Order: sequence, then C-alpha cells, then structure tokens
Amino acid sequence: MIATETAYTRRPGFGALIVMIVSLFALSGCGINAIPTYEEQAKAAWSQVLNQYQRRADLIPNLVETVKGFAAQERDVLTSVTEARAKATSVQIPSDILTDPTAFQQFQENQSVLTSALSRLLAISESYPDLKSNQNFLALQSQLEGTENRIAVARRDYIEAVRLYNTELKTIPGRWWASFFYPDAAPMQTFTIDAASRELPKVDFD
Amino acid sequence: MILTDCIKIFRTGLRRPLPALCFAFLALTLLVPAAAALAQEYPDLSGRVVDRASILSAETEAQLTEILAAHEAQSSDQLVVATISDTGGESIEAYANGLFRHWGLGQAEENNGVLLLIALDDRKMRIEVGYGLEGTLTDVLAKLIIDNTIVPQFRTGSYEEGIRRGVDDIIAVLTGDEAELRARAERNVDSSGGGPDIIGWIFISVFVSIFGGMFGFALLAPIFGKKLSPGRYKWLGMEVTYNGGSSGGRSSGWSGGSSSGGFSGGGGSSGGGGASGGW
Repeated sequence: MIATETAYTRRPGFGALIVMIVSLFALSGCGINAIPTYEEQAKAAWSQVLNQYQRRADLIPNLVETVKGFAAQERDVLTSVTEARAKATSVQIPSDILTDPTAFQQFQENQSVLTSALSRLLAISESYPDLKSNQNFLALQSQLEGTENRIAVARRDYIEAVRLYNTELKTIPGRWWASFFYPDAAPMQTFTIDAASRELPKVDFD
Repeated sequence: MILTDCIKIFRTGLRRPLPALCFAFLALTLLVPAAAALAQEYPDLSGRVVDRASILSAETEAQLTEILAAHEAQSSDQLVVATISDTGGESIEAYANGLFRHWGLGQAEENNGVLLLIALDDRKMRIEVGYGLEGTLTDVLAKLIIDNTIVPQFRTGSYEEGIRRGVDDIIAVLTGDEAELRARAERNVDSSGGGPDIIGWIFISVFVSIFGGMFGFALLAPIFGKKLSPGRYKWLGMEVTYNGGSSGGRSSGWSGGSSSGGFSGGGGSSGGGGASGGW
C-alpha cells in the first residue's frame, strides 16, 4: 500500500539499527539457528537412548536372581548375561561418543551382546514351567519387554534426530552456516542393524 | 562466497521486501518434514473409538465413547480405542507408537494418553501408554489387562466384550490413585491460559514499537510534516517519499483447521510404554 523510501538525513544510526534488527529476523528465517537446534535435539534423543539402556541394565540383577531360583543349572546362560551386563555398564562412555565412530561402534556392540544374552535367558525359561508361572518372573519379563520396546523407540527417535542434523550439515544453507559459524559441527554416528539381530530368529513369548 | 551472497541479498533486499527469500527457505524446511511424515498411512482420529476393523456395534461404540469422554472430563486423560485390520507388515509396537504420536494423544504438558490398539487380522493388540501415565499404568499392569481380561474374551470370539472389559480395567487402573488423579485433572483445568513470559513481552513490545513506529511515522508524515513536492514530505528531519502503488486486492485468510469430530489429540507423546499381546 505505502512503499516508503526514507532518506535519513540527520540520524543514520537509526537506519543501521533497523537494518540490523531486520537482518537478525531474516537470518533466523534462513536457518542460522538450525544447526545448534538440531544438535541439541539429537543430544537429547541420545540421552533418552542411554536412559533406556540403563533402565534395562537395572532390571537384570533381579531377573537373574529370579531365574537362578528355578533354573540354577543353566549356569552358562546366567553367567553370559551377568558378564554382558558388566561389560555394557562398566565401559566409561566418552563425551565425544556421538562423533567418534569407534567408540560408538563399541557401545553398540556391547549392548547387542547383552540383548542376545537376554533373549537366550528368556528362551531357556520356556522350559521351566514353575519359572514361567512365577509372578515375579512374569512381572520382570513384561518390564523387560517394555524396556526393549522403549529402547527401540528411543533408538528410532535418535536415528531421526541425527538424520535431520546430518542433513542440515550437508545441505545448502546449513552447510554455509556450518562453515562460517559452526566449524566444529561434525556429523553424528547413528545405529546400524547389527549382525547378531539379523541372524537370530525372533523368539515369541506367548 | 556466502558473505557475498548475503550482502547481495541484503542490498537487493533493502529495496525489495527483504525477508521474501528467507521465507522461501523457511517454507522449504517446513515442507520437507511434512512430506516425510506421510510415509506411513494412519487412519484419521474420527472419535474416541476408531473402529476401522468394524468389530463394534454402533451401540457399543456410543457407550464406549461416553465412558471415555467421561473419563477425560474427570482426569484429562485421553484414552482412545482403535481397531484396524492389519499394521501393513510393521510390528504392532512400532505401529502403535507411530499412531499414538500421529494422533498426539494426551495433553501436551502431561502426555497422559492411552491407546488400546487391536489389529484384527494380525491377531495382535497393544496398550500404548503415554510418558505421563507410565508410572500409573505400568507395563506389568498393561500386560495383565491384556492377558487376563482381553485375550480370554477374544479367544472365544467376543471382541466387543473383550474391548469393553479392557477399557473398564484401564480406567480402573488410571482412577486407582485418587489423589494423583485429582492433581492431574486440576493441573489441566485451563491449560490453554498462560500468555507469553516476560522475555516474550519485551520482544513483542520492541517489535511493535519499531515496526509500528515506522508505520505510524509513514502515516503521520503527510499530516504533520512539511510538503516538499507531491508524494514527498519532510517531518522530524526525515524525508518520506510515497510511491503511490495501488495494492492489489489480495485477500489471504486463515481457514480454520478445526476437525469435525469435536475430538482431537492434545499433543501428547509416548516413548513406547505399555504392553502387547496376541490371541
């Protein structure tokens, strides 16, 4: 309606201020904040992954004790679960794990060893009717199933968050912002389907 | 490279509408996730009971809707029953979680939604529990409701009865802790209130005073200012030039995106709590 062209004869500072403010809005519209935003989202999603893995690790001692009460002779399986848990929880997680492929691979490896040890433990419990009908065991089993599902959801959310972040780093406006303002931003590691879970047949507990 | 680009944008932008280019970027970034979200086809949230597998009579559906609505009125929990024929090859857990988030069940601040999902042809079901109710409707309790209440009914073919009893049990668990229930309902009495915080107000007032000031200045200059020539005025030491461009009568209104069913998700989310079962 009214296109104004204002010539600032006396106070050029005012014009500069407006240009600065307008360009500030324009820059955030262009996505200058996208990289830190996505980075924080990916980190939050990673915390959730760690949280759920920790929750699983916390359930295991109780589960092992309960199974031991009914199936103490299954020493191999019980030890392998305990050892896998010890290995998965004892490793100090480095702070740069998300951008360090080796550390990330190691983490994933440890957790997947624990996953397969646990599924073997649940599989042998099938052959102990007393154990199967034990209330405590049933409760632990459904908690474990729930936790495995939460891990799956957390991993999926993390994969999606990393996909957004890595895409932002590699595609055009984000790439420019990264090279100028965030030179430290590096692509994050993401989960791959490990060999173990591709080979093992899924065991159904019904 | 980028710097020259930006300078170029600013130079041209100072005369033309500056943010237009950036809005284009913004629009693109908004469109991309929207397109990605369409990957899995989910049914619409047509009500509190979404009977896609057609296993409920109209009467039962109405009864259930009433029970579920009454429970939300009491506690703000959003409990939804959905039946589908199959999940299209996905696991029931992944599908239920995707559907739950797609519908956004539960209030956004509480995440207090529950979804009872039945996949008839897959012979699988799941109770998916939002973050906020994981402590009340635990995995163990959800599993017990499935195994002891719903599955026995389903095995004899009485799906309606199984769903009805399942819903009763879920509500019984959710209402079990009276004090917590009341607290939850009170927290969500008026969740739409609460304006912007103080930083928001400062931001708004700065924004309004600058842009409103510019606009006001442009409007008032012809009235109080000194006329230099037709369309040029000088006021408070600044010269204002008006290009008498006629504005095209472009009306762009917001179309209200309200759903017809009168029921919609409150924006809650779920992290995969609950339990699944089959019959």
